[in-house]
Amino acid sequence: MNGDLETAKDATKLRRIAIEPVTRVEGHGKVTILLDDQHRVHQVRLHIVEFRGFERFIQGRPYWEVPVMVQRLCGICPVSHHLAASKALDKVVGVQQVPRTAELVRRLMHYGQILQSHALHFYHLSSPDLLFGFGSDPGPRNVVGVLAAYPDIAKQGVLLRKFGQEVIRITAGKRVHGTGSIPGGVNKSVSPEDREELLRPLPEILEWAQAGVRLVAALHQQHQDLYDHFGTVPSSLLSLVAKDGSLDLYDGVLRAKDHQGAIIFDQVEPQDYLTRLQEEVRSWSYMKFPFIESLGPSEGWYKVGPLARVQNCDRIGTPLAEAARQELLAAAPGHLVHAPLAYHWARMIELLHSAEVIQELLAEPELGGSELVGKGPRGGGGVGIIEAPRGTLIHHYQVDDQDLVTLCNLIVSTTHNNQAMNEAIRQVARQYLDGHEPTEGLLNHIEVAIRAFDPCLSCATHALGQMPLVVELQDPSGQVVARLSRGVEPIG
Amino acid sequence: MTVAPLLILAVGNPSRGDDALGPRLLERLADEPKVVAGDIELLTDFQLQIEHALDLVGRQGVIFVDAQVGLQEPFRFSQLLPAPDPSPHSHALSPRAVLATYAQLYGAPPPAWLLAIRGEHFELGAGLSQASDQALADAHHWLAERLRQGNLAE
Repeated sequence: MNGDLETAKDATKLRRIAIEPVTRVEGHGKVTILLDDQHRVHQVRLHIVEFRGFERFIQGRPYWEVPVMVQRLCGICPVSHHLAASKALDKVVGVQQVPRTAELVRRLMHYGQILQSHALHFYHLSSPDLLFGFGSDPGPRNVVGVLAAYPDIAKQGVLLRKFGQEVIRITAGKRVHGTGSIPGGVNKSVSPEDREELLRPLPEILEWAQAGVRLVAALHQQHQDLYDHFGTVPSSLLSLVAKDGSLDLYDGVLRAKDHQGAIIFDQVEPQDYLTRLQEEVRSWSYMKFPFIESLGPSEGWYKVGPLARVQNCDRIGTPLAEAARQELLAAAPGHLVHAPLAYHWARMIELLHSAEVIQELLAEPELGGSELVGKGPRGGGGVGIIEAPRGTLIHHYQVDDQDLVTLCNLIVSTTHNNQAMNEAIRQVARQYLDGHEPTEGLLNHIEVAIRAFDPCLSCATHALGQMPLVVELQDPSGQVVARLSRGVEPIG
Repeated sequence: MTVAPLLILAVGNPSRGDDALGPRLLERLADEPKVVAGDIELLTDFQLQIEHALDLVGRQGVIFVDAQVGLQEPFRFSQLLPAPDPSPHSHALSPRAVLATYAQLYGAPPPAWLLAIRGEHFELGAGLSQASDQALADAHHWLAERLRQGNLAE
């Protein structure tokens, strides 16, 4: 644990480095590091500044608008918000279980989203670090550099991403701002023509997904010491699992394990999440720190996302992904894998699983059924939990008699991972920065640890000219003594 | 499958203040005769990604439309050449990097331009600022005229 690096004993005598915003991470993030004159690390904090205002954006709107509006919270995983909101609002329209066709269409949409998001993350955001090295020349350390050096791998990434987008387009109705899922069900099923269109490329998609798992497993095995220890801090794990304990990214019950793999709680229904999870506010961060209530705030933090999910479940229900999961588990016999870099391996296992699930769903006759929306007695609110690409996503709403949302509580996966990311970068700072003059390559190590969790730091705007990376070195009085800026979009 | 010769690709989140400039411009272009006739395709997305390189296949030209901070003038129209981002930041690519991705996949990309519209405020839930509303009107008037004339020279 690195709790001593959360707050320095005497910050006034230390130099401050700010990495702002973190590159290749969505939205606005900033890392601050306090060093003394011998470059010893005294404080490391990840600040996430963009999560303010989500609830306010939703409260006061008619509930039926919400599944569409919440997509505007995130430009990277709008489908996850679309579906989590729909699941929560199913209860408002009195539907505990949507019709079979609606569930199949929603599942197809969700696994398309997981596939395209994981493809983007691995091939676009992470592979430059993994293929070129964390401290390599930053010039080609990007997707275009990967395309030049590894054209087949990069092209597969582009086409995997495109396939996932097609699944979303067909199920959500549009490429962006889809309207396919509504409270109580969906508004369209999948036509035979669309089904054929998605089935055609699937053999190639499955082949590429398997190649992706092999690639990341090989990288892990080639650099085992690095991959096992880079930023590694044990913690509890949290995710949804199916009621039978298998991996389910769309629906299920909450399960938490401690850092050694013992069950903390299991079979917790989504509407009971507040009985097991609490959130702590800390003065230096806009983002809350959730924790498992029974363990308390200092011991109860946990990881969510692919690495948590593949180890929290008892099995994966598709054969190729389950075989790949067994290989990951065999890499750490007898204990859980906590290494942030193993997130990439787990992510590719889930990408493969998603391709297999999409294949299974496309074979379901009821995917084209006509019963799309359920009915029931009107309710006053609901909770929807889904496993988004980056981890557990909770939407909780209350709705008044005028159909307006009066309460909105969202816990996004990046919030769940807040402490885990802070712990990982403190560990990396201790391992790599401590005692060394900071360089771009060393600072990129911090970013590599953050990117492993794939945080969505809200979905800020991307406007041209807006998102430079600025590294500032300040003296103890706060004066900037050096400034490095990169990644600034050329204007004009 | 045939595609419209000209693609206008607008980028932005409709619910984040001036980030909506690109999508709002496309809404205003929807009734243009060449759009209705299928000679121009309008496409909007939250942000540019690697797969947008595939949207450029078969085009004779592409215009990216985006909000931009730091512009002196209300809008600027300029030709784009492929170039990787100096260092990729966030989950989004720049228009130049989309062209560079296309170039790595397929060779020389179609001619491309950027219509950048001055934006200032990007808060979640905010509408367009008054100044940006005027910049949008100016940019729309200018681009619609150019499209009718079939002249995209700077």
